[in-house]
Amino acid sequence: MSQPNKALAVLSGVALLSGLLAACGSGSSNNAGNASSTSSASSAPSSASASQPASGSASPSSGASASEEPKEKVTISLLSDNSQDGVATAKALIDAFEAKYPNIKVEQETRPQGSEGDNFVKTRLATGDMNDVFFYNSGSLMQALNPEQNLLDMTNEPFQANVLDSFKSTVTLNGKVYGAPVGSTMGGGWFYNKKIYAQLGLSVPKTWAELMDNNKKIKDAGMTAMIGTYKDTWTSQLIVLADYFNVQAQDPTFAADYTANKAKYATTPAALRSFQKQEETVGYYNKDYLAATYDAGLKMLAEGKGAHYPMLSNAVSALLQNNPDQIGDIGFFAQPGDSPDQNGLTVWMPGAAYIYKNSPHLEEAKKFVDFVASTEGTAVMAKVSQPSGPYVIKGATLPDDTPQVIKDMLPYFETSGMTAPALEFLSPVKGPSLEQITVEVGSGKRKAADAAALYDQDVKKQAQQLGLAGW
Amino acid sequence: MTKVFKRIYTYKFLLPAAIVYIVIFIVPTVMSFFFSLTRWTLQDWDFIGLQNFRTFFEEPSLTIGFKNTLIYAAVTSSMKVVFGLLLGVFLTGKIRTKSYLRSVVFFPTLVSTIAVGIAFSMMMHPTMGLLNQALAQLGIEGPDWLGDTRIALLSVAFVDIWKGVGLATVIFIAGIMAIPEEYHEALQIDGGNAWNKFWNIIVPLSRPATNAVIILSFIGGLRSFDLIWSMTKGGPGFATDVIASIIYKQYQGGFYGLATAGNVILFLFVTAIVYPLSRYLTRTEVDL
Repeated sequence: MSQPNKALAVLSGVALLSGLLAACGSGSSNNAGNASSTSSASSAPSSASASQPASGSASPSSGASASEEPKEKVTISLLSDNSQDGVATAKALIDAFEAKYPNIKVEQETRPQGSEGDNFVKTRLATGDMNDVFFYNSGSLMQALNPEQNLLDMTNEPFQANVLDSFKSTVTLNGKVYGAPVGSTMGGGWFYNKKIYAQLGLSVPKTWAELMDNNKKIKDAGMTAMIGTYKDTWTSQLIVLADYFNVQAQDPTFAADYTANKAKYATTPAALRSFQKQEETVGYYNKDYLAATYDAGLKMLAEGKGAHYPMLSNAVSALLQNNPDQIGDIGFFAQPGDSPDQNGLTVWMPGAAYIYKNSPHLEEAKKFVDFVASTEGTAVMAKVSQPSGPYVIKGATLPDDTPQVIKDMLPYFETSGMTAPALEFLSPVKGPSLEQITVEVGSGKRKAADAAALYDQDVKKQAQQLGLAGW
Repeated sequence: MTKVFKRIYTYKFLLPAAIVYIVIFIVPTVMSFFFSLTRWTLQDWDFIGLQNFRTFFEEPSLTIGFKNTLIYAAVTSSMKVVFGLLLGVFLTGKIRTKSYLRSVVFFPTLVSTIAVGIAFSMMMHPTMGLLNQALAQLGIEGPDWLGDTRIALLSVAFVDIWKGVGLATVIFIAGIMAIPEEYHEALQIDGGNAWNKFWNIIVPLSRPATNAVIILSFIGGLRSFDLIWSMTKGGPGFATDVIASIIYKQYQGGFYGLATAGNVILFLFVTAIVYPLSRYLTRTEVDL
């Protein structure tokens, strides 16, 4: 007598529960999206052009109307980040692609940037809910996606013949290539205001000592020598990250030794120097550097309220949009080392397009990725988003109206040995707390040696999580 | 037989709620104890024993985190008691516009914490913020509320108090109204003044309300995360990190096992503090 009732109760319980769970699921993903638009892209220096920390994050209008298509038409979906540039680039690519392949429809979906975005992507992969194609970082972040299990091996796709090897290595794991480049490279270095330089008779520094000398002269003249925007904590890492060219110039095997747990920041003098350089900048920053944001920093730079801003070259895109008249006043140089003979640029590789391994539409997805990685694709992207450096696809050129500040960077690329990829593209080991540590260094709260040791401890977690040998 | 049947009878009604509770609360809790012992990528896991707990306790910001968590919980809950009680007394007094003032005091509780956090972090901007501009009008140079590592945590605690005092006030109003009229009459006969009324009647007899406020706001303070995250993200550096924000950062870094271990620690930490506290407070309550 009581048995059927019990069964009924269990059944109804389960039914109720699954409803609840479903509600929870959708609710939490919405929250993730909302929360992210308020928080800054905290790991943005590691995000190549795929997730540019552009000013206002455009609101995602994902998967709009896509019903009632003719049967033979296949719909695939694309996930890109919600930055202004990210959305515009994805949309332009989709429009051009759909015009070329009228039988394939691409739905656009957006995700938050920075670490929220990292979790978004990881969660979708873990739950088997990933879009057919998604744009995401190359380098250390891509290594953390468990590519062998989640991503389609694209080593033998024909388009790879046109992709530069320097990029391929950043999306390769155990000899297999998993991605195709989206967008252009970026340089990490120092923006400077040319008007202030001209006014004080300064010249572009070739050594770190000269740079600090300039800083002193600017400060003595009563102006703000350096712009700090530590409210967006990721911006505080730039001096340390952009110093990698100088690290590898002195210690060519650092990346390999670092990955194998044989070299440490604290005990390698060339690497420790990166933290020391930031320590030397203490006191040169604008008064509100702890409360200023990335956008405010760009504004200060353009308006000549600060002379130097260590930043990634993709900032040019936002500068062009917000201060088009002042773009000519802004120049760019690589972060100098201690010797004038070794002066080169640290380069960030573009993000990549990946195909989800379990996608039901692999062929269509491949066609889309092939289009993205073609010169046709780069031409489409160049129209909506200012390239922040050369493309990594053979034959792809920069548009003629590229501003001078980007052209300042090109000589580094034209001579061999004048560029080096940032460490995160050479080693999967990158600690999550670097931005907090560099905030402390830049605000004089922590000494360089101490900070380097702390960071060494921080990266240990990442290496262990990835299961690297030797940790 | 019928006896057994009768005993089971009530449990059948309990079943739907119990299932929901078990699947949504008990199962994840037990699972989290398990996953805290693993290195977890959401897709697969390695059992690594207590390694996560070791790593979490080696976390450099953890000492700051524990200290900040306790300071934050103590400051917010004590201030909520003080201001909540004073406002409660004021709003149960003989004033006009009482109900209007009550809703004014309660209003901040209704606003989204994140929105409050963003609004206050703008107002606390050192040069362009409303607070410092107002101070500048008076000729005072205001501090960098959220940038100065010495006061950043207190600035956030202040906002938490502003936002939470409404709820504390409502609890106190209820507590004060529940004090029987006889005590006030006795006071009048004995010729006590307003201070006697406050100190000898209201404070001791609203003890259950005080305890509720202390417990609620202390637990809230120990677990607090949203306001801190929206205002400082634990910064500058690690200066305003609390345990919850440290855990969140581990989760953001993709260290799911480690973050779960952190949550287990937080759970034990909160229990270890709140359980004896609540036992102590309920023992000292007086009967009306």
